Amino acid sequence: MSENRAPIISAEPRLPCGTAALAGVSAVSLRAKLRRLMPLHEEMRALTLAVPLLALLIVSFGVPIIALLSRAVYDPSIVNALPRTAEALQHLSAADPPGDDVFAALEADLKQDQAKGSIFEFAKSLNSRLSGARSQVLKTARLLAGGAAFSKSELVAAVPFWGEKETWSTIRGGAHGFTSFYLLSALDLRWGADGLTSVPAGEAVFLRVFARTFMVAALVTLATLALGFPLAYLISNLPPTLANLVLVLVLLPFWTSILVRTAAWTVLLQKFGLLNDALIALGIATERLELMYSRLGLVIAMTHIQLPFTLLPIYSVMRSIPPSQLRAAHSLGARPLTAFRRVYLPQALPGVMAGCLLTFILCLGYYITPALIGGASDQLISNFIANYVNVDLNWEMAAALSFMLLTFTLLLYAAFARFLGLDRFKLV
Amino acid sequence: MLLSPFPTLGERIRIGVLWAWCALVLIYLVTPLLVPIPLSFNSGSFFTFPLAGLSTRWYEVVLGTERWRAAIGNSLIIAFGTTALATALGTLAAIGLSSPRFPGRRIVMPLLISPLVVPIVVTAVGAYRFYAPIGLASTYGGIILAHTVLASPFVVVTVGASLSGFDRNLMRAAAVLGARPALAFFRVMLPLILPGVLSGAAFAFVTSFDEVVVVQFLASADQRTLPLEMFTGLREQLSPAITAAATLMMTLSIVLLVVANLLAGRSRRRMRVAPA
Repeated sequence: MSENRAPIISAEPRLPCGTAALAGVSAVSLRAKLRRLMPLHEEMRALTLAVPLLALLIVSFGVPIIALLSRAVYDPSIVNALPRTAEALQHLSAADPPGDDVFAALEADLKQDQAKGSIFEFAKSLNSRLSGARSQVLKTARLLAGGAAFSKSELVAAVPFWGEKETWSTIRGGAHGFTSFYLLSALDLRWGADGLTSVPAGEAVFLRVFARTFMVAALVTLATLALGFPLAYLISNLPPTLANLVLVLVLLPFWTSILVRTAAWTVLLQKFGLLNDALIALGIATERLELMYSRLGLVIAMTHIQLPFTLLPIYSVMRSIPPSQLRAAHSLGARPLTAFRRVYLPQALPGVMAGCLLTFILCLGYYITPALIGGASDQLISNFIANYVNVDLNWEMAAALSFMLLTFTLLLYAAFARFLGLDRFKLV
Repeated sequence: MLLSPFPTLGERIRIGVLWAWCALVLIYLVTPLLVPIPLSFNSGSFFTFPLAGLSTRWYEVVLGTERWRAAIGNSLIIAFGTTALATALGTLAAIGLSSPRFPGRRIVMPLLISPLVVPIVVTAVGAYRFYAPIGLASTYGGIILAHTVLASPFVVVTVGASLSGFDRNLMRAAAVLGARPALAFFRVMLPLILPGVLSGAAFAFVTSFDEVVVVQFLASADQRTLPLEMFTGLREQLSPAITAAATLMMTLSIVLLVVANLLAGRSRRRMRVAPA
C-alpha cells in the first residue's frame, strides 16, 4: 500500500516547494540524487537507534559468555602455583625426564605455596586433572615443611608420585596457562604421556551425557512431530472460527511458563497422581508406574512443553497450501495417499524442518525439566554444567561443557537461519 | 475443507481417525494446565483426587506469608524493571532495523535474536561469573540486566512486525509540516505502533516474571522471586501451595498474553485502515 501512496507525497523532507519543477528536473531523478547525497546519514541514523540494545547485549551477554568460554582453555592455576618449575620445564623437551634443577625448582615452589597457604588450592586443581594427586601434593608439602632439602632421588624415593611420567606430563600441560585439557575432557579424551587417548571406561562420563542429551532431544522432536503434524493439518483445514478456537488450545500451554508446566507434570506423574489413576482406570496398566524421576516421565513432560514450538511453524506453512491442489490431484486420478505424499508433503516440508529443528535446538539446552522430573540417569548436559558451578566449583569443566553445548546449538541455529530464514520465526 | 462434497467411506474413516487422534493430542495439551487449578483449592495437603474439600488456605499461604510475599514483590520489581528497559531499547532497535537502509541487517538480526537460542544455563553461568566481581550479582540491577537480554528479542520481533505495516511517508509528511524527528516519533509513529509496543512489553514482562534459571544463579536470599520459590519448593518438599502459586502465575501470563495478542491484531488492522 505504501507503493500506491508514494506519488502523493513524493517530495523529500525539507525540500522547498516547487524546486523540482523550477529546475526542470523530474521528481524521480531528484530523489535519486538526494539518495546519493545522503545515504550515509540515513544508514547512520538507523544504526544509531539499534546501538543501545546492541551495546547492552554485547556487555551483558556476549562478553560474559566469551569470558566464561575462555576459562575452558586458559587455566593459570598450575603456572601460578609452580612458577619456577614451569620456567625450568621450558628448557626441557617433552621426551626428557625432569632433572635436578626442575626438582629444586619444584621444592622451592611447594615451600612457597605452603608458606602462602595456597597449597590446598593447588592440590585441588591438580587433582581435577590427575585423580589422586591431592593427597600426594599435600604429603610432599608436609615433608618439605620439615626444613630438610631433598635431592631428586630422595624425593622420588619418599613420594614415588614425582617419579611418574603422568605427573610430569600433567604439570607440563598446565605450565603455559593455556590448556586443551578441559575441552578434551569434555569429550572423554586425554593428552597423556603416550599421546591422545580415551580416558579409562570408569572415568568416561561426558560422551554418554552428550549422547543422552541428543537422544532425549531426538525422541522429543519425533514425539512432537507425531502429535503436532496431524493437529496442524486439522487446524489448517477447519473453518476459521473453529480453527481459531483449536489454535487457542495450542497457544494456552505455549504462553504458560516452562516452570509452571513442569510443576503441573510433577503433580500428574506422581505414583498416586492423575496419570497413573487414568492408566489403571482405562486398563492400560495393571500396576502403578514409576513415572517421576524416569526417562519416560521426562520425555512426556518435555514433549508437552515443545509441542507448540514444532506445531506452529508447520501450521503457518500448511495454511498457505491451497486445498484446491489436493482436489486437483484427486480428480487427475491420484489415490489419497499418493496425492498427500506427492503434492501436499513436499510443500509442508519447510515447516516440518523449521519446527523440528527449533524443537531439537531448544531441547539441547533443557535444564529445569530434567532437574525436577528426570532421575539421576536422565540429567542432560545443562544440568552437569550447573552442577559443576554450584557443587564442584569447577569453572573450567563448566566452561568446557558450555563450549561444546554452545557449539552444537549455534551450528544448528546457523543451519536454521541459513536454510529456513529467520523471518519464518514468528511468535504468532 | 476436510471432506470432499461426496465423501467415500474410506475418506470418512480417515477423517474420523484424524479427529480422534487430534482430540487426544488436545487433551494432552490442555489437561496439565487444568489439573493444578482444582488442587490449589484443595483443603487437604495431598495431590490426589477426589479433593478433601474446598478451601483457599493455600492462597492464604502464598499471599499471606512473609516468604512468599517477599518473593512476589521481588518478581514484580524485576519484571517491571525489565519491561521498561527491554521495551525502550527493543523499540528503538526495531525502528532502526525497519529502515530499508539499515546496514548489515543479516548479521544484526540473528545476533539480536540469539538470546532465545543460547542455552539458558550458559547465559546464566556467564552472567554470574561476569557480574560477581563487579558487584552486580545479588542485586536487582544485575538480574534486570540479564532479564533484559532474554526479553528484548520478543520486543524487537513484535515491534518489528507492527512496523512492517507502517507507512514511512507519514514521517516525511510530518517533517514537511515542520515536525522535528522526536515530535514526529511521539505524535505520528508511536500512536500507530503503540499496540505492537504494548504487546512486546507484555511479552517482556511475562519472560521476566516466569524466569527461574538466571535468578537461581544471580539472586541472593534478598532477591528470591516467585518462580525461584516454586523451584526450590518442587525440589524440597512438594506442598499444595505450589499449585496455588502455579495457578496465579499461569493466570497472569495467559491474561497478559491474550491482551498482547489482541493488541497485536488490532495494530495490524489499524495499519490496514490507515491509508484511507
